[in-house]
Amino acid sequence: MSLILTPNIPTPDDFYEKLIETHRGLTDEQSRDVNCKLVLLLANHIGDLPVLEQALAVARDGYE
Amino acid sequence: MLQTYSYPEFPYVQPPEQASGQLVRKTAVVVGAGPIGLTTALDFASRGIPVVVLDDNNTVSIGSRAVCYAKRPLEVWDRLGCADRMVDKGVSWKIGKVFRDEEQVYQFDLLPEADHKYPAFINLQQYYLEEYLLDRAKDFGDLIDIRWKNKVVSLKNNADHVRLSIETPDGIYDMEADWMVACDGAKSDIRSMIGAEFTGQFFQDRFLIADVVMKADFPAERWFWFNPPFHRNQSVLLHMEADNVWRIDFQLGWDCDPDEEKKPEKVIPRLKAMLGEDAEFELEWVSVYQFACRRMKSFRFGRLFFAGDAAHQVSPFGARGANTGVQDSDNLGWKLKLVIDGLAPDSLLDSYNAERIYAADDNLKNSTRSTDFISPKSPVSKAFRDAVLDLANRHSFARPLVNSGRLSSPTPYAVSPLNTPDSDSFAGKMLPGTNCADAPVRVNGADGWLLNQLGDGFTALYFSADGSVPADLAALAGAPVPVKTIVVGGGLEDVKGLVTERYDGTPGTVYLIRPDQHVAARFRHFDAARFSAALNTALGKN
Ligand SMILES: Cc1cc2nc3c(=O)[nH]c(=O)nc-3n(C[C@H](O)[C@H](O)[C@H](O)COP(=O)(O)OP(=O)(O)OC[C@H]3O[C@@H](n4cnc5c(N)ncnc54)[C@H](O)[C@@H]3O)c2cc1C
Repeated sequence: MSLILTPNIPTPDDFYEKLIETHRGLTDEQSRDVNCKLVLLLANHIGDLPVLEQALAVARDGYE
Repeated sequence: MLQTYSYPEFPYVQPPEQASGQLVRKTAVVVGAGPIGLTTALDFASRGIPVVVLDDNNTVSIGSRAVCYAKRPLEVWDRLGCADRMVDKGVSWKIGKVFRDEEQVYQFDLLPEADHKYPAFINLQQYYLEEYLLDRAKDFGDLIDIRWKNKVVSLKNNADHVRLSIETPDGIYDMEADWMVACDGAKSDIRSMIGAEFTGQFFQDRFLIADVVMKADFPAERWFWFNPPFHRNQSVLLHMEADNVWRIDFQLGWDCDPDEEKKPEKVIPRLKAMLGEDAEFELEWVSVYQFACRRMKSFRFGRLFFAGDAAHQVSPFGARGANTGVQDSDNLGWKLKLVIDGLAPDSLLDSYNAERIYAADDNLKNSTRSTDFISPKSPVSKAFRDAVLDLANRHSFARPLVNSGRLSSPTPYAVSPLNTPDSDSFAGKMLPGTNCADAPVRVNGADGWLLNQLGDGFTALYFSADGSVPADLAALAGAPVPVKTIVVGGGLEDVKGLVTERYDGTPGTVYLIRPDQHVAARFRHFDAARFSAALNTALGKN
């Protein structure tokens, strides 16, 4: 399997709203903690190292 | 500080060559009488190679340093005839628990499989280990010549021998060695003498290591805390040793003064915070370490080899230092013997480099990963670490990510030039290059263990339907490089069926096992040509 880079969330605005909502009222530090947990949860859900490696590379794209 | 152990002081005797002024060429010289130098000397002597051991000191390891020894080194020491004493004195354990704050987040069992002769781990102070190795060395008489207060001060590495200058209380004398093994520890003088690099990383963190004498009712388990209430924002490790001694490691961070931290007035309050105000204990040994993970580029320089900490150094999380060093010795002895006897080409010795560098890299990788988890290097690394620990409390998925040290296990020589890759199909964990699994057996009516049946040389492990052995296989016992056959279903009774299970030994199956108890090749049916080709491969003849 390779990383899906085309739209895959049926209702993107709903997701985005919930993502921002999740962080509402949190300090930067708390938000970072939530983001870390989110990454770990989603990574485990995907559970496929090659796909995760692609995601890591795409996420870092543009930084040296 | 309280001494539960009295350090022996070994006598210095002026070396005969120094007294006579003669330059003598020795077969093998080992520099360093630490765990690895002593194991190397025992292995050499057990194979009939006479060996001189030079050590600049005259006692065993001051302070314990290493505490945890894994099953595989115990099997090696058993082959060398000294493991049982270690197990008897040591504390056997297999359960590890990881705590965060007040709660346990994770527990692991290191030996989920029963029916192995040796436990997953024992804890034993390094000075006892060295004492027992030294006692065993005495059994070899003149084959092992240990010289205390003999410090190697310079060296010339020639094509066909090494020339050493050695300093003793009586001055300096020279010696030549056909072969030499540098086991002189992480600060190796020998390494500097040949100008070899030792590269890797130092971690920006310090650890207080205390051996504490106390009567306590902690179980014989490895307990690791992240951020415990008694030592906030750092980690702590607790281990039971022999003689009511407990090993406690406190992570200190980078901004501390190592000399201050060693003082009892600093150490005791830390221990009281952990053990309670009223706890009765005495300090036995205290030290502060900064850990590093690094190795030499090559472990072989012609006739000079490096082994143990001199060749590779790891942070102690995972107890990989001495444990892997012993496997260096295990790997080198039989190869050197065959080359000395003219039965294998010099290239066999290059496989020491290939196999042990492969193992060192595995250890370095694991130790580095553990250290990165325990001492996160950046704020985001720490944020991920804390997120893992938080999640692990509630969700099992995160528990395998918790890394308080991945404990030493032997690295299979998966890509060794000595392996013959499988051409038949096999189930199970044994592969060419793995060390042999143990299992209970019965031989001549007596209960025993499979590993003890393997010879000092090559062994064929043959699974027979009716007890018979192919004549060509049996005849290999008389070959120039003899192969001893042991027969499952013949002389060797597979009492619990575990040899058959662990080796996927259907009738007719044959394994070629190296003198260091690693699988070289295996076939579903014995074929003399294929088997000899595999033996040649294992002798480095390809
Ligand atoms: C705090 C701590 C905890 C550890 N815990 C564990 C553990 O639980 N399990 C584990 O497996 N490992 C552990 N280790 C690592 C372990 O202690 C080392 O890997 C082990 O001691 C290495 O053995 P060695 O024989 O290679 O070197 P060393 O033990 O360092 O011995 C080297 C010897 O060479 C001698 N020497 C040095 N220079 C010369 C010279 N020029 N001439 C002659 N002689 C010389 C020295 O006197 C010394 O006797 C730990 C280490 C530390 C610091």
